[in-house]
Amino acid sequence: MTTDHITAELDINDNEQLRYIAAQAVDARVNVELETEGMTLNIGPQHPATHGTLRIVAKLDGEQVIKAEPIMGYMHRGYEKLTEVRTYPQVTTLVNRIDWVGSFANEVPFILAAEDLMEVEAPPRAQWIRTALFEMGRIANIMLFLGDMAVQLGGVTAVFYAFRDREFVLNQIESVTGGRFHPNFNRIGGIKDDLPAGWIAETKSVMQKVRDFCDEMEDLVVGNEIFQLRCRGVGVIPAEVGKAYGLSGANLRASGVDWDLRRDGDSRLAWKDLDWKVWTHPDGDSFARYWVRLQETREATYMVEQILDGLPTGPIMAKVPRIIKVPAGESYVQTENPLGVMGYYVISKGELTPFRVKIRTASFSNMSIAPWLLEGVYVPDIATILASLYFILGDIDR
Amino acid sequence: MLTPLAIELAYWQETIIKGVIGLVAVLLPTGALVYLFLFKMMSFMQSRLGPMETGPYGQLQLLAEFGKFLQKEDIFPAKADRFVFAAAPFVVLVSTFMLVLVLPGGPDATFIDINTGIYFALAVSSVSVIGILMAGWGSASKYSLLGGLRAAGQLIAYELPLVLSVVGVVIMAESLNLSDIVHKQNEFGMWFILPQFIGFFLFLVSVQAELTQPPFDMPQAESELVTGFLTEYSGIRFLLFFIAEFATAAIFSAIGATLFLGGWTIPFVDANAEFMNYIGPLVLAAKMILIAFLIFWFRITYPRFREDQLQRLAWKFMIPLALANIVITAILKVAL
Repeated sequence: MTTDHITAELDINDNEQLRYIAAQAVDARVNVELETEGMTLNIGPQHPATHGTLRIVAKLDGEQVIKAEPIMGYMHRGYEKLTEVRTYPQVTTLVNRIDWVGSFANEVPFILAAEDLMEVEAPPRAQWIRTALFEMGRIANIMLFLGDMAVQLGGVTAVFYAFRDREFVLNQIESVTGGRFHPNFNRIGGIKDDLPAGWIAETKSVMQKVRDFCDEMEDLVVGNEIFQLRCRGVGVIPAEVGKAYGLSGANLRASGVDWDLRRDGDSRLAWKDLDWKVWTHPDGDSFARYWVRLQETREATYMVEQILDGLPTGPIMAKVPRIIKVPAGESYVQTENPLGVMGYYVISKGELTPFRVKIRTASFSNMSIAPWLLEGVYVPDIATILASLYFILGDIDR
Repeated sequence: MLTPLAIELAYWQETIIKGVIGLVAVLLPTGALVYLFLFKMMSFMQSRLGPMETGPYGQLQLLAEFGKFLQKEDIFPAKADRFVFAAAPFVVLVSTFMLVLVLPGGPDATFIDINTGIYFALAVSSVSVIGILMAGWGSASKYSLLGGLRAAGQLIAYELPLVLSVVGVVIMAESLNLSDIVHKQNEFGMWFILPQFIGFFLFLVSVQAELTQPPFDMPQAESELVTGFLTEYSGIRFLLFFIAEFATAAIFSAIGATLFLGGWTIPFVDANAEFMNYIGPLVLAAKMILIAFLIFWFRITYPRFREDQLQRLAWKFMIPLALANIVITAILKVAL
């Protein structure tokens, strides 16, 4: 199989990707002289690089990927169907398990959609606490990414720092909600409890620790020459391609698209009252995706501090009937979750349970660009690209 | 030989004693490195404690691991080439044991004192490539095959800077004999790390690559190839590979200490004194630990290269630098 043949097989019009493949093909010129046979490498479903049960079938020519196809569904748990036999307050327990490392953020869009249908609105204090916990869920989630990316590239140490410092954030979430991973704290019309005494001061010191962790990662990972060698120019997503594939979140912002639902969406949460910045990076490569997430984590700590400083007083629950029957109607709410845009399309027929819930998860859409991205890269770059796209298997398969 | 003991021994007695000492010389530093660096230092650097339950500070963890590996099932993959698969760890281990032969531990404390000592060591260390290729091919697994081929490419590429980095020392010592190199450093008044710091740097990097440790662990790249050529190995055969890997780390550190840090000598102490035969090995071990610390520090800190970047580093940076170092050393040797 010659390189001409490989390029003929690629069905892409985009210049940047072709230029990258051309650069790689120069290194792999030996293929032109040697008639080599392709090899199909089955990566996963159990494989360290996919942290979960994702399977990638890669057709290789030597170490170069000709064609890669992700196969999902090994962990499908049927949550959309299960919600149809759960009452509305019970659904939050389920959807907690979708993105299991930033689970507080999963509940919020569903509760907002249900509140839409019931035409209740949570009081300001509840919304602010929701926002604070939402951002802390984001911090807990992305901290893990910041360490894990280094592991995928071979530097094991960073992930231990991530686990160590994430624990502080999880402790704070636990002391409010009672759940370390699965808070199940949102109620239709508000939240379950108020903040415990002394929590605000503790959380502020934890946010300082998170910022220290970010500085540490900047030294240990971002500043590392080998990390930059491995990440810069690898897995470049041009902005238009990213939009066309439905990417969202940091993956899209790393391609220079200034789009963040926290600012641009019509959100009832407290983001509109805070002073913060949407980080973007013009490059669109794996390094940009890491960098943007690092900045977002730091930004989120400032947001949490602002929320804690300006926390309004008042009730934490609106007036809601004890038995919740949601009036008939349809509602779609999406928020900027740690992994990207997450949306719930809820259809109610006026019963105790939803009639249909369609969950739009970020990782599923982010994963769809993988075949396009993986074409023409080397086997080691598969790990880099998949890690930098940052997906949680539960978020792909639901 | 064994003159320091001042007893006459029959050839077979001497051979047995040498064999036991050789085993100890390979296994003891290996255990020390694994416990000190892999278990403890790595844990402390990663903000955890490491093994703490088995013995004081987990000192008996090595025995526990040993017992664990012995109990495990010895699995052959269905399509494996059984003979090649079974023989591969022994080939790697043999190269490790042959490496230790030329190491001098004192003025008379050597296994064999051959005039081409360093040449022999570097030649023998390459034998392990064959074992790794055998493991990669014999496993009948695609991950193993990719890992084995990566290992072969890497080891061959880094053999060259390793040899070239040593040439500077050889020029300065005017000998390939490791004992002579040690004595020369003592006479010279300074360890070769000072004039040969470029050589030391190149040696360290090449050794890191030869050991397939991060940042050069492409052959075992866990996040891509599971564990490369080790993927299909379990139980005692995996243990043999494991011992070979860390024993080679220990011995290469000791060779580095011999070449660049004065080997078993202590500054301002008579190198030919009788007692050096007894404390020499300890001094060498201490210096070995120093170099091994550097190797493991890099291992714990750095992410890994991609293999094209790895080859580029070897051929475009390290080999030219090594050649320049040789030229400069030779000119200075003649001029001074």
